[in-house]
Amino acid sequence: MKGSLIIVGFFVLGCLLGWTKLLPSSLLEQNFTVYVLYFLMFQVGLSIGSDKKLKEILSSIRPHLLLVPMATIVGTLIASALVSLLISRWSMYDCLAVGSGFAYYSLSSILITELKEASLGVQVAAELGTIALMANIFREIIALLGAPLFVKYFGRLAPICAGGATTMDTTLPVITRYCGKDMVFISIFHGILVDLSVPFFVPFFCSL
Amino acid sequence: MFIIIGIMFGGIGIGYLFRKIAFLQKLNASISYTIYLLLFLLGISVGTNETIMNNLGTLGLEAFLIALAGTLGSVVAAWVVYRFFFKRKESNI
Repeated sequence: MKGSLIIVGFFVLGCLLGWTKLLPSSLLEQNFTVYVLYFLMFQVGLSIGSDKKLKEILSSIRPHLLLVPMATIVGTLIASALVSLLISRWSMYDCLAVGSGFAYYSLSSILITELKEASLGVQVAAELGTIALMANIFREIIALLGAPLFVKYFGRLAPICAGGATTMDTTLPVITRYCGKDMVFISIFHGILVDLSVPFFVPFFCSL
Repeated sequence: MFIIIGIMFGGIGIGYLFRKIAFLQKLNASISYTIYLLLFLLGISVGTNETIMNNLGTLGLEAFLIALAGTLGSVVAAWVVYRFFFKRKESNI
């Protein structure tokens, strides 16, 4: 939770600074965000490639455990496509791009803002990026608060699927508490796989 | 899209080759700082954008709908997987 507060803090700080219009417009026109994003993706790659647990994780995969991240992905994508019928302003693919952040709000909002700029324009892309940031923060909050309800009505895997990409860190304590300690491994495994899927699904839906 | 995924795969390859270097194990902090910087920059572009600032309520509602839908969709799918693939195997997980 502390990590999310810091991230939201930086976002709000940027909002306030932008809102006061203290920054010279020549600085704002420089599009160096995209290079920072490239730098981020390179680091994400480095950390995956150099992870000592990578082999361990890959070798411990059992086929039926893969069903858990698959349930998360399929369930989220179907529901995001359906809810796009209620939201007339955005296309189905826009809603799918937002939904496929799977609560990984920092990366998904940045990716959407940058990748949608070409097709939607800077203005609308920033709006969709803001929706992605809020939607994926909301998802983490819903997963944290709803865990006991989800266990009761949808079984012991439900809080894990609800948590999306966060089940290896921020929502892990809640999952351990309400699903039981034997779910910790599945939860971490699920979080890693869903987390890895975000840099694939979000750009994919942005390109459609 | 391809540039971003390509850069990530380049990183994975380089990271794997140099995985013995201790520095690479400390990347998480550096990734966090880069994310802070990016969210700060995103904040600036949102803050200077009057349309967004005037429509935060609408955007928030749309965001909430997508979040709620995604969460419900995945817990329903979780129930299906649990009911048909896990309950029986519960004893040997």
